[in-house]
Amino acid sequence: MAEAIGRRETAAAVAYNEEVVRWFMLATVFWGVVAFLMGVVIALQLAYPWLNPGPEYFNFGRLRPVHTSAAIFAFGGNALLGTSLFVVQRTCRASLFGGPGLAAFLFWGYQFFILLAASGYVLGITQSREYAEPEWYADLWLTIIWVTYLVIYLGTIIRRREPHIYVANWFYLAFIVTIAMLHIVNNLAVPVSIFGTKSYSAFSGVQDALTQWWYGHNAVGFFLTAGFLGIMYYFIPKRADRPVYSYRLSIVHFWSLIFLYIWAGPHHLHYTALPEWTQTLGMTFSVMLWMPSWGGMINGLMTLSGAWDKLRTDPVLRFLVVSVGFYGMSTFEGPVMSIRAVNGLSHYTDWTIGHVHSGALGWVAFISFGAVYHLVPRLWNQRELYSLKLVSYHFWISTIGIVLYITSMWISGIMQGLMWRAYDHLGFLQYSFVETVEAMHPFYVVRALGGVLFLIGSLIMVYNVWRTIRGDVSVETREALRQGAVAAPAPAE
Amino acid sequence: MVESSREMPTSSDRNSAPEPATTGHSWDGIEEYNKPLPKWWLYVLYATIVWSIGYYVFYPSWPWANGYLRGVLGYNQRVELEQTMVAAREAQGALLASIDAAELPEIQADPDLRTFAVAGGKTAFADNCAPCHGPGGGGQVGYPSLADDDWIWGGSLEEIHQTLLYGVRFGHDESRISEMPAFGAMLERAEINAVAEYVLSLSGQDHDAAMVEEGSAVFADNCAACHGEKGDGIRELGAPSLADSIWLYGGDKNSIVRQVTQPRHGVMPAWIDRLDPVTIKMLTVYVHSLGGGE
Ligand code: HEC
Ligand code: HEC
Repeated sequence: MAEAIGRRETAAAVAYNEEVVRWFMLATVFWGVVAFLMGVVIALQLAYPWLNPGPEYFNFGRLRPVHTSAAIFAFGGNALLGTSLFVVQRTCRASLFGGPGLAAFLFWGYQFFILLAASGYVLGITQSREYAEPEWYADLWLTIIWVTYLVIYLGTIIRRREPHIYVANWFYLAFIVTIAMLHIVNNLAVPVSIFGTKSYSAFSGVQDALTQWWYGHNAVGFFLTAGFLGIMYYFIPKRADRPVYSYRLSIVHFWSLIFLYIWAGPHHLHYTALPEWTQTLGMTFSVMLWMPSWGGMINGLMTLSGAWDKLRTDPVLRFLVVSVGFYGMSTFEGPVMSIRAVNGLSHYTDWTIGHVHSGALGWVAFISFGAVYHLVPRLWNQRELYSLKLVSYHFWISTIGIVLYITSMWISGIMQGLMWRAYDHLGFLQYSFVETVEAMHPFYVVRALGGVLFLIGSLIMVYNVWRTIRGDVSVETREALRQGAVAAPAPAE
Repeated sequence: MVESSREMPTSSDRNSAPEPATTGHSWDGIEEYNKPLPKWWLYVLYATIVWSIGYYVFYPSWPWANGYLRGVLGYNQRVELEQTMVAAREAQGALLASIDAAELPEIQADPDLRTFAVAGGKTAFADNCAPCHGPGGGGQVGYPSLADDDWIWGGSLEEIHQTLLYGVRFGHDESRISEMPAFGAMLERAEINAVAEYVLSLSGQDHDAAMVEEGSAVFADNCAACHGEKGDGIRELGAPSLADSIWLYGGDKNSIVRQVTQPRHGVMPAWIDRLDPVTIKMLTVYVHSLGGGE
């Protein structure tokens, strides 16, 4: 240890690029609100069909991908890019490879991709592949951007001034490399013409479906899991001011997660034309994935041992830790749902939607909120956030929102699945499809309400972030700082 | 601890027992313990692996020289589906066969068959008919209610069956057909106005009494052939009664003028090529049971 410290230079000696991280954080907050707003809109459109207006541009079918892409790629993506560029610089003690110019190109290029994708959806331009809707021109552009990202990231790691690569960077790197592979393979397509938007996939039939879900599932695995575990591995120990629980566990769960996840996609195609043997493999690999996923949860939660009391005083840490709890919950639910017999009930129902959102809202969004709240004062050289109380409000309001969301979708999903398979004593189907839709209506309303709460929470964040950047400190936060309840960063770091 | 001692967890910060050693690296102030893997974690991981291998023994799994390992259960989803369908059909087999063999009045007369047919018809109705005729056959504008005794084409079992088999204006050779002419091109606006007032009077609604005489003349010349002398409809022609308060397209003045000027010709699909004969029979009994069966 003494040796490590001996080689340590002062942070100030490295000119970190924080400008681009600041932009990414602002983009995260902005796109987050957009994503949640779109979510509320489409939730209401499902609950009240008359909200699908005349012009096709704004009906459910076109706005749904706007919502999912805004949530995953715009909100989640900006959070990942921003935090990863921050973390890689700090943990490697090196500034970004390629300099500010390349970083700026990455930032603006990525935002341009988001606009390209979203405008396509609204205009009805889509490949109809879930989470990979953008057509070929947007895909090509994203490929350029993604390679730029890889170059910056890898270049920074290569010129690191630490002897070892910190675990957060393994996860970020796995995310960047795998997403590149998934994106390219799943989007292999032949455009109809250079001047047209339409293209046809290189695959057909069941191979096409399998490629798509190999992509789709690993978008969850490597974008929404590995990437965000990168965030977890930096921000939880940092915020809790405790060493990571187990280095050994991080190695074992990293490699087992990476190895197992990539095979789990076929569980999205149970009871389809996909051969049974492929289904079986997808299902068993999903079940074996349970503990590797939980390794991240254990490392996150156990890092807090000795510092649990901080949860009481630090709402930012609460966001981070509760997100890990949701992570554990969804990574348990996932393997259960991948079991063929359970899937027979859950597939195509709202249960899936509930599952996705316990991960998306509870894990992805919460850990991103935690990271944003931690970074914003540091990036803008403030002592702490404008108001920790507002962070607390944000936390509780969105938590209630999530609970409403996922419980209503569990109930409505299981009910839907049971109604579809219900027979009367004479052997006739008991319910028609439209009756199941009718029965789901109240739950759709509750879900929309949950979404509204989540949206309100995010608006509180916007206000808090804005006041922080302006340099304001609320009375209660100043008091808390004085009592040393929260670990304030040194502004001039 | 040089510049970031504040961020560095050190044992001296805490008055607990001495901290276990970390791995010795520190990244931006973050250190790592090297605690062993939790035992339960490892055992559950092994258990899932063992379970998976066990699963491979029973179910189709890894690709192999001759295609793939089949597993000892010989599981095959297509076979499974086929068997479930056969079992379901067999469970209903006897009753389905009786319905197939029986004439409609016989089904109607036999309590068991009738109960079965109404249950089956209800399911088939919800899937095939409710989008137009509404849940329970309550009807909506342009789609007649099937739950009342006001029939356009007739409410006996035989007549309903006929309607279901071949539809109305569907283009099937046997479809029921009749088309009300577009009087917008044939009558003066004043005449249309008058006849509309007359139609209002038929169902006892408020109307302009001064026009009834002229309207009644127009009606006798142009409409009675289909809708009947008194406007109470002629089933053979599928011309609905205009003398009651049940309307297909609306009974207010505007709706009537609209229909006379430019009539709509509602289409009811033929089901003979889409549903099997037994289902159509069950649907017939079900529709007949809704309240207006004759
Ligand atoms: C596409 C919409 C549509 C569907 C689906 C449909 N119908 Fe109809 N049906 C109509 C229309 C329109 C009429 C009125 C035809 C006319 O104007 O004479 C009608 C008329 C009828 C009539 C005659 C009513 C009378 O007063 O004589 C019966 C009986 C009937 N439908 C039963 C059914 C049944 C049973 C089903 C399901 C198997 C069904 N319909 C499905 C549109 C539909
Ligand atoms: C060739 C036969 C025929 C003639 C002539 C005819 N109709 Fe009709 N009329 C029909 C048929 C058939 C319908 C039902 C249309 C449908 O089911 O879509 C109908 C429907 C109507 C309706 C709508 C009923 C409702 O329940 O909404 C009105 C009103 C009506 N006719 C009025 C008239 C008047 C007034 C005339 C004379 C000016 C006239 N019809 C002449 C065949 C005729």
